[in-house]
Amino acid sequence: MSRIWKKYRYLILRRLTQLTILALYLAGNYLGWKVLQGNLSSSVLFGTIPLADPYALLQIFATGAMVAADAIIGALIIALFYGIVGGRAFCSWVCPVNMVTDGANYLRRKFNLDKYERKWWASRNIRYWVMGLSFILSFLLGTAAFEMVSPVSITHRGIIFGMGFGWAMIVAIFLFDLFILKNGWCGHICPLGGFYSLLGRFNLVRVEHNQPNCTLCMRCKEVCPEKEVLFMVGKKSMQVKMGECTLCGRCVEVCDDDALYFRLRDFLDKGARDVS
Amino acid sequence: MAKTDEGRRRFIVSMAQNVAIATVGSLLWSAYVDEAKAAPLVLRPPGARKEDEFISLCIKCGLCVEACPYDTLMLAKPGDHKPLGTPYFIPREVPCYMCDDIPCVPPCPTGALDIDSVSEVKDGERIFDITKMRMGVAIVDIKNCIAYWGIQCDACYRACPLLDKAIYMEYRQNERTGKHAKLLPVVDPDYCTGCGLCEHACVTEIAAIKVLPRDVALGKVGKHYVKGWEKSDEARLHGSQGIETTVTPRSQKSPVDSLNEGIDFE
Ligand code: SF4
Ligand code: SF4
Ligand code: SF4
Ligand code: SF4
Ligand code: SF4
Repeated sequence: MSRIWKKYRYLILRRLTQLTILALYLAGNYLGWKVLQGNLSSSVLFGTIPLADPYALLQIFATGAMVAADAIIGALIIALFYGIVGGRAFCSWVCPVNMVTDGANYLRRKFNLDKYERKWWASRNIRYWVMGLSFILSFLLGTAAFEMVSPVSITHRGIIFGMGFGWAMIVAIFLFDLFILKNGWCGHICPLGGFYSLLGRFNLVRVEHNQPNCTLCMRCKEVCPEKEVLFMVGKKSMQVKMGECTLCGRCVEVCDDDALYFRLRDFLDKGARDVS
Repeated sequence: MAKTDEGRRRFIVSMAQNVAIATVGSLLWSAYVDEAKAAPLVLRPPGARKEDEFISLCIKCGLCVEACPYDTLMLAKPGDHKPLGTPYFIPREVPCYMCDDIPCVPPCPTGALDIDSVSEVKDGERIFDITKMRMGVAIVDIKNCIAYWGIQCDACYRACPLLDKAIYMEYRQNERTGKHAKLLPVVDPDYCTGCGLCEHACVTEIAAIKVLPRDVALGKVGKHYVKGWEKSDEARLHGSQGIETTVTPRSQKSPVDSLNEGIDFE
């Protein structure tokens, strides 16, 4: 039991967080609980504190509309929160799509699909292009362009307010990640993930690598959804600085040799001892 | 030399590929969004701004939906054929009950629902007035309304919270029988809020009175008609230069002369 806990502690905690947040929103709609009301686009915490998705708000700004104060305050609160704690903590601890894409990734490993599939190459920077495009299209079309197609909103809103044909979107993302491109949606395309990656450069919470402990088993890179951020593994002791790290903690828990762990940000960068 | 040339070619081709992917992607994306956001027949919550402003402001949070005690409002799901995630209502299913305190409007975080359009601040206190909202306007189908057939019915009239203002009953003689009266529902768009209580109450199989968005249902006279019998409207003529006549070479002579001369087509 304790071994399972040790191997999956962050995974379990993340699923609990994701499901609790969903449950609170559901209770907000169906039972009238005043803990979390609304959805991930914008909500009210404890009936008073406004929260809003800063990326959605930027798209609304791009349309040229004058937004009321509640949404602006809400977006600042969220941006500050993730800016301090860790940008893509949203992805691995809150976003409901994460459960879908993690599921696809798990099956990929299980059935060894990586080995046999036809390989595509796709840049992990596509998401930043999609993000830029979303602002231009919002401006041209007069409506938040990504919000009209966002699988994140469709899934989350669907669970809380009724899914309709939204399930098709979820299936599409699942199949895309499973058979077409590894970490396809979250690791390459999703502009919301891209937005939080940019915020993530200011993370306080970081993953740290201790090179002398590393036995080069590379299990961390196998499970990491953004394996580029672990480029230093086995080479150099340092903290993961790239904002793309989702702070999911999978690398930390699969490492049997205590070579990866969570640390607070090392502002002086003295962790970066070169050991070559 | 040949090597750098090859490298340059590779670079240019891959740039062209990226540009093409981005262009195809954004064309598809914008084509979809442009189609998907156009929904001229959707009825919005109380206080909603004009559709184009509304569609850029609404963040699709559903706070208005959750605030409504009657479950009037819904968020559009994929498959509803309405702009995705935006709130709307279908009066025949659940109309808006015109709550005095309008709980659905204040929670809106972005101002897509404009609280000032349905309230006034007096002595630091906000006073709501739901009769100011204009979600749509009721239109009577006089072919299928049984009151217009001569059968007695006033279900819509009685359902209206603004009875005798938004709907009134007009008296007319029943010409078929010659000795009966007809009482016909007539909507006054100046007062109708578009709540849809009438549509909800209508007794016919498909409602003979329906709420439509105001800009779909209502016409517009244009400024060149003046109600000469109304002082305020007549006042619009103040400062005008009188009747302006367009002068062309042919209109310089009198019409009779022009006609007698015939038209020179050369
Ligand atoms: S990348 Fe996008 S879809 Fe994936 S977890 Fe992050 S926000 Fe959600
Ligand atoms: S006024 Fe009342 S009934 Fe009408 S939409 Fe708002 S909350 Fe619902
Ligand atoms: S509360 Fe405002 S922003 Fe939220 S769904 Fe309703 S209209 Fe849209
Ligand atoms: S929609 Fe019908 S019930 Fe509502 S105000 Fe207009 S006429 Fe009256
Ligand atoms: S309830 Fe329907 S049928 Fe009856 S008077 Fe009104 S519109 Fe006509």
